Amino acid sequence: MIRRIRRAVIAMVIGFLAGGGLASDGSRAAAASPQETIAGAARKVVKIHGAGGVRGLEAYQTGILVSPSGHIITVLSTVLDAEELDCVLDDGRRYRASLQGVDPQRELAVLAIEAEELPSFTLAAADPVPVGTRIFALSNLFGVAVGDERVSAQHGVVSALVPLEARRGSYEVPYRGAVYILDCTTNNPGSPGGAVVDWRGRLVGMLGKELRASGSGIWLNYAIPAEAIASSYAEIISGSTPSGTDSLGKEPTGPGFDPAALGLVLVPDLLDRTPPFIETVAADSPAARSGLRADDLVIAVGGRSVASRAAVQQALSAVAEGDAVRLSVVRGGAIVECDLGPRPAAGRKR
Amino acid sequence: MQGMARSPTVLRRTARVHACCLAGLVAIVGATVRAGDVAPAVLEAQQQRIDVMQRAAATAVAIFAGEAGGGSGVLISPAGYALTNFHVVQPAGVAMKCGLADGRLYDAVLVGLDPTGDVALIKLLGRDDFPAAEFADSDDVEVGDFCFAAGNPFLLATDFQPSISAGIVSGTRRYQFPAGTILEYADCLQVDAAINPGNSGGGLFDAQGRLIGVNGRASFEKRGRVNVGVGYAISSNQLRNFLGLLKGGRLVDHATLGATVATSADGRVVVSDILESSDAWKRGLRYDDEIVSLAGRSVRTVNAFKNVLGTLPAGWQVPLVYRRGGRREELVVRLASVHTAAELSNIVEGKPKKSAGQPPLPPRLPGPPGHGGPGVPEEGGEPGNDGRPRPSDEPQPRATLPDVVKAVYESRRGFTNHHFNTVERDRVARLIAIEGLAAPQGSRWVLSGRLATGEGFRIELSDTEGVIDLPTGTTRVDATGELDTNPSPPGSGGMLASLLVWRRLLREGPEPLGRTSYGGMVPLDPRSFGEAGGPRLVDMLESSVAGVEARFTVGNDGFVTGIDLWTAPDADPCEVRFTAGQSDRGEALLPGMPGRIVVRHGNELFGEFLVEKVVLEAAGDTSGGIATAAGPQALPGGGP
Repeated sequence: MIRRIRRAVIAMVIGFLAGGGLASDGSRAAAASPQETIAGAARKVVKIHGAGGVRGLEAYQTGILVSPSGHIITVLSTVLDAEELDCVLDDGRRYRASLQGVDPQRELAVLAIEAEELPSFTLAAADPVPVGTRIFALSNLFGVAVGDERVSAQHGVVSALVPLEARRGSYEVPYRGAVYILDCTTNNPGSPGGAVVDWRGRLVGMLGKELRASGSGIWLNYAIPAEAIASSYAEIISGSTPSGTDSLGKEPTGPGFDPAALGLVLVPDLLDRTPPFIETVAADSPAARSGLRADDLVIAVGGRSVASRAAVQQALSAVAEGDAVRLSVVRGGAIVECDLGPRPAAGRKR
Repeated sequence: MQGMARSPTVLRRTARVHACCLAGLVAIVGATVRAGDVAPAVLEAQQQRIDVMQRAAATAVAIFAGEAGGGSGVLISPAGYALTNFHVVQPAGVAMKCGLADGRLYDAVLVGLDPTGDVALIKLLGRDDFPAAEFADSDDVEVGDFCFAAGNPFLLATDFQPSISAGIVSGTRRYQFPAGTILEYADCLQVDAAINPGNSGGGLFDAQGRLIGVNGRASFEKRGRVNVGVGYAISSNQLRNFLGLLKGGRLVDHATLGATVATSADGRVVVSDILESSDAWKRGLRYDDEIVSLAGRSVRTVNAFKNVLGTLPAGWQVPLVYRRGGRREELVVRLASVHTAAELSNIVEGKPKKSAGQPPLPPRLPGPPGHGGPGVPEEGGEPGNDGRPRPSDEPQPRATLPDVVKAVYESRRGFTNHHFNTVERDRVARLIAIEGLAAPQGSRWVLSGRLATGEGFRIELSDTEGVIDLPTGTTRVDATGELDTNPSPPGSGGMLASLLVWRRLLREGPEPLGRTSYGGMVPLDPRSFGEAGGPRLVDMLESSVAGVEARFTVGNDGFVTGIDLWTAPDADPCEVRFTAGQSDRGEALLPGMPGRIVVRHGNELFGEFLVEKVVLEAAGDTSGGIATAAGPQALPGGGP
């Protein structure tokens, strides 16, 4: 029991440390408390009431304000298929909304209300947030918040950034861009269109429609990255047809890197997530000189954790030619750091 | 081909990979704990969190209701009182077994029920030093606050060790419509800590390990009855409001204003319907009045109105501010009961509104814990230990109760467990009892002083009569007969009757007075709502005596702070308020005697009496020869 609690606590403390680290990272602004972050972000989230209310279809969802003059982005759904579409702000003000345009490919829509000087999210071009980023999800889940009641806040972690392969019923979702998979139960009625923010309140993404993974049928907790939202918004506002393409989530196209170039042979990639054990180390190779041995388990490349053999290969490919390669391995219960020197050119097996 | 007959090498390697992987993970976890480069502040914070959770875990109760399921509870006093949900204990009946994290199993008895609020109070037996959770002010809880639940999800705690699930507060002041006909969750806390079936009744704690709520409900969707990150807890402040009634073994009811509200076209909350029999109507509330605040909290939505009302017990007096034609008015209104006593009893006994020909549910099949389905009532779903309504079993025959439970259980209609009402009534009786007040040589009480207007008054109370001399004249009430026929002095609603009953309470105590029961805790001053920490609550006793109904409020020092007395059920009561301590001139009076008496009736202030002198004297000649000489128990007053 005590150990169980301790484990949970350790995970939490590490999480808080990571969150704290994020807040102090590169920003001179005083770090807001989680309570302040949520309160600030929630003011930019609206409750949308439209069509539905029958046969398991909810008549409500969530949207985010992206301009002070009342532009709202939300997911494209049957809720918007209404004569009278209402948006309720955080302070309880209720506005009739008009549909400005849709992005059928990403299944997003832009609404507008006639209001000024509203708090809004900034849709700036930004790199995807790293896996492990702590987030808050703000949404009108289950429609529990009405009037001036604040939308619900949940906490979680970005678990992965992967291409979306999902379906709704038997219908395959057209969007194939990358989405954040969240460790946070967000696939609830009313959640679609909700904001996912980091611990500084910056928009990370938007909760998408309720979907199941194509392969497993598991309900997905995911968010469409802010970058995709920004492109979609720009296209809808400018009136250009959504391109239907998305640069996000594409694998780097350069030649892969074979660890054998470092004298490193990993176990065969037999499983979906084969643990990256070292099979053999070539004599008189950078790997051998660094102290690596057969049966070491690689846990990090350049300080970033790797969970599978494929991830090791990918991480090594991401190290620029000539940059230092540093592996962390577990051997006999202890972590050993090994410097392999500069990465050689990709390609040829030795 | 390869798959059909793997080479021994591959098989061996795969096995090795798995084994090593596991070992590696264990090593990583180990290494994390051992890592010496973790900042001391983090380690310290971690240790604090562990301590907090261990303290909270010690107060977690695993409730077992036999084959009917079970759930969680949380200990709130060293005497063993524990809060849980009505829907957890309902199938268990009067007696249940409860496990604590110390590994021991305790007998427990049902004490009080609030079916509408889905709350139950039980008492664990056998110790007087139980670990207890400390209450926090749930009005201070903010969205984003760290919180954690300690409970018995899926009835996993077969070893009585609670499970902890952590999260943040997702929402505050949530209103959840009644599931079925009852179980309204008003002003509740919403959390993303995992609340699963079986967590029901367990504590929700803040970062300091203080109790902010009792988990009891969750929204479920799609995946069956498991957590989807949306749980609800009854707020600690609501629990605090009802705790006195629950401790008094009552069957507790929630309150209604006797009026409904709706949102007007321009977004104001206005009275849409009102009963003319309601206190709100009698005090002056009318159709279309805009509700500004109730019980000290501003009301800007219909939900906010329901939220405030849902946290208040029937019978409380609360302030109500409304606006009419731009004018702001403040009232104090008395809240009525939502249900009749019979309705409440039927709910508790699980008697559904029987529709003819409805077949009984099949008997439950026994199953292993975790499959029997401990309950969290679903949003919009029916209450029940497993989320399904089931007709209750016959009440446990008294003969089958364990002896320790039998000793602390008394069945009485309108009560959950009358034994505890007697316990609380006697506790208050001991508080009130003042040495000497009952002495026969001091049976005639004479209180004299000045009205707020400056003129003199004199009140005389004895076994035979009550007399009051006012500038407007002298009034008498016969103390030996029924009191409901004489609400004098005129306009007071029964001031003399109130004072006569008050004198008997102080002299004889609650029990000989008449049918007297403990009525829970009520606000000392309804105008103190909205102050930090909520209104100050005091004990209340209810008596039926000599044809009148009286409610006494008693401070925790035993001073009787007020009486409300009804000469007829639908009449406005006479409201007498006593201020303790000393006369307005600063002189000490006899213990228990007021320095100031304020009498109200309906919307009117009848009088404000500043007591300067109190004399207790022998009854002597009952024909009214008032002895002016102070008896041995008279204290020097400021009088002549």
